[in-house]
Amino acid sequence: MAETQIERQIDRSHMTVSDEVAIQITAMNKWFGTFHVLRDINLTVNRGERIVIAGPSGSGKSTLIRCINRLEEHQSGQIIVDGTELTSDLKNIDKVRSEVGMVFQHFNLFPHLTIMENLTLAPIWVRKVPKKEADEVAMYYLEKVKIPEQALKYPGQLSGGQQQRVAIARSLCMKPRIMLFDEPTSALDPEMIKEVLDTMIELAEEGMTMICVTHEMGFAQAVANRVIFMDQGQIVEQNEPYEFFNNPQSERTKLFLSQILGH
Amino acid sequence: MSEHHSAAYVRSAMLPEQAPPVSEIGVIRWLRENLFSGPLNTFLTLAGSFILYFLVKEYYPWLRHSVWHAGSVGECRDIVTATWGEGATGACWAIIRDRWNMFMFGFYPREHYWRPTLALGLLIFAAAPVLFAESRSIRMVVLGIVAAFLLVAFPGLGVGAAANLMLAAALAAMLVVAWSRPWGLLWLTGIYPGLAVWMLWGGSVWGPVLAMSGFVLGWAAWLATRRFGTILSVGAAVLVPVAWWLFGVEQVLPLFDAVLPYSIDAVRSEKFGGFVLALTIGVAGIVLSLPIGVVLALARRSDMLLVKALAVGFIEFIRGVPLISLLFVASLLLNYFLPPGTNFDIILRVIIMVTLFAAAYIAEVVRGGLAALPRGQFEAADSLGLDYWKAQRLIVLPQALKISIPGIVSTFIGMFKDTTLVVFVGLLDPLKGITDSVRASFEWKGAYWEPYIFVGCIFFIFNFSMSRYSMYLERRLKRDHR
Repeated sequence: MAETQIERQIDRSHMTVSDEVAIQITAMNKWFGTFHVLRDINLTVNRGERIVIAGPSGSGKSTLIRCINRLEEHQSGQIIVDGTELTSDLKNIDKVRSEVGMVFQHFNLFPHLTIMENLTLAPIWVRKVPKKEADEVAMYYLEKVKIPEQALKYPGQLSGGQQQRVAIARSLCMKPRIMLFDEPTSALDPEMIKEVLDTMIELAEEGMTMICVTHEMGFAQAVANRVIFMDQGQIVEQNEPYEFFNNPQSERTKLFLSQILGH
Repeated sequence: MSEHHSAAYVRSAMLPEQAPPVSEIGVIRWLRENLFSGPLNTFLTLAGSFILYFLVKEYYPWLRHSVWHAGSVGECRDIVTATWGEGATGACWAIIRDRWNMFMFGFYPREHYWRPTLALGLLIFAAAPVLFAESRSIRMVVLGIVAAFLLVAFPGLGVGAAANLMLAAALAAMLVVAWSRPWGLLWLTGIYPGLAVWMLWGGSVWGPVLAMSGFVLGWAAWLATRRFGTILSVGAAVLVPVAWWLFGVEQVLPLFDAVLPYSIDAVRSEKFGGFVLALTIGVAGIVLSLPIGVVLALARRSDMLLVKALAVGFIEFIRGVPLISLLFVASLLLNYFLPPGTNFDIILRVIIMVTLFAAAYIAEVVRGGLAALPRGQFEAADSLGLDYWKAQRLIVLPQALKISIPGIVSTFIGMFKDTTLVVFVGLLDPLKGITDSVRASFEWKGAYWEPYIFVGCIFFIFNFSMSRYSMYLERRLKRDHR
């Protein structure tokens, strides 16, 4: 299974967890038709936390984080993001979405727009930022993800790793307070995984609140302050990374780790 | 394995480049690859050659014996016989030479031929900011051809030298604007609908002006009520112009006519015919059906049950009945439902029906484009906080419409050809209506092929242009795999 080695030194000076609650999920349940996909999820995420969600496929990891910006609707329980409860109220949903960045497995860049237009679209149309300012912000983040020279190309002309870094930059241009990553490296070739993980690590070093669904256990060990293990729609175990990997408690976790770490 | 065998090998001399064998270059290769690549291809080539030979052998003499100067079909035949001997047949293009104006203008008054001609020319100018914004060279070539056509045609249509000079000056000015800025002619695009209606039907200038001002009123209403929320402002933007058109215009029109009278000769709809009629209906149908079709496609994919049900019902109903039946409804039944004494223009009624008909097809084509978009595009738009309309406008529709271009243009081409069906409600379409009325005259009785070929060629020019434009657009919008 995938385990990219994290070789770089990580600067932990800004990686501080505050007492302020960023996301509060209480007794949340979700069904796809009759299939009970998320069962009694309780999760509190504080500002500055870096959480990795792991688990076998079909365990509801992606569905959980997709509930946090309401790409999926939950049927019972409560999700409060930055003090705003997610209900069917469209105003609240748009408010939460503009505060929460999301990075997808398949990048989902807009293929008919240039990289620059991809980055400035939401700031201009949602945040009403003047175009010039949006361009400057976009260029700043493109430099941050180290591909400023691609600004005027179209997504189809970029490699997968570059596209994913553009997707991260696109989210950052909205100045989000929380970032969600839905298997951001699963569609990438091994040599490109590293460049995307590097970008994510830099983000963590700056103190971004992050929730990552990923199979990259090296990333989890290096960056996460908490690992959550899910199976059959439930949170089975959560712990800080060292304990999680070296001293797993439940049988399910032990089995999963033995498979994924390939021992 | 032998002791001498070794995997190691070093080339001592590099080989120079050599000419390819004869069978791999030039005409021979092209022939082999394209015409004789296998038994089936060889057979098809031979069969195709034979069919081509047969067609040329049968019809070439007929075309070669063409007669352009004659007063009647009988005269044509006499000339052919005199020139090519007994039993020879020849095309009698004299009918086109004599009656071309019928095919083009129907019974439109001869002294006003310049009006529909200018309307058609200006149509291309008005469309330039939308259709040819991207490439200056294409824009200038197209507009240059149109301007040259107008300047050549106008003296022939009996326009005086002074007026022609004015036209030349106006065209030159517009060409300069189109040269300097891609969107420079957008003002013309804005006023064109009113301008075209006025030039085609004539009458008081205030009718079209006041009708067009409805859009300005709607925009003003939207601006004024914008801060009270989307529903209210959209409602105001729709209701105010509708109320203006239904009740306001007829109150105000006499006032304007009395204070500042300005009008040109009115031409009644019954006088329209030929390609003036086909183009009027076709262009109006194309321009109106695209937005309606897009809205229907979005409605059909809506989560709101009522909206969706209405869209599905409308689309399936329209697609389920023949266009002719809708045209009959327009021409006959509508009169029973409307209050007595209302004079609801027949061409307007036909345009409405043709538009609705095309819109239903466009809706399905666009729905196909929408369905082809990956779900991730919608999710990315959502996750960035774009609301429904912004996501549709900025992300979804540009991509979906691009995918739908071939289907949309096919629908337009089909609709343009279907405008000939208006013959069944008594309008003089170029294909049957005009042809029949030309042939009804004593001189041209018996000329069958020539009018049809002529009308077919003109239709072909328009439709082929649309087809080429759609291919150009597809190429221009291609963004992936560069």
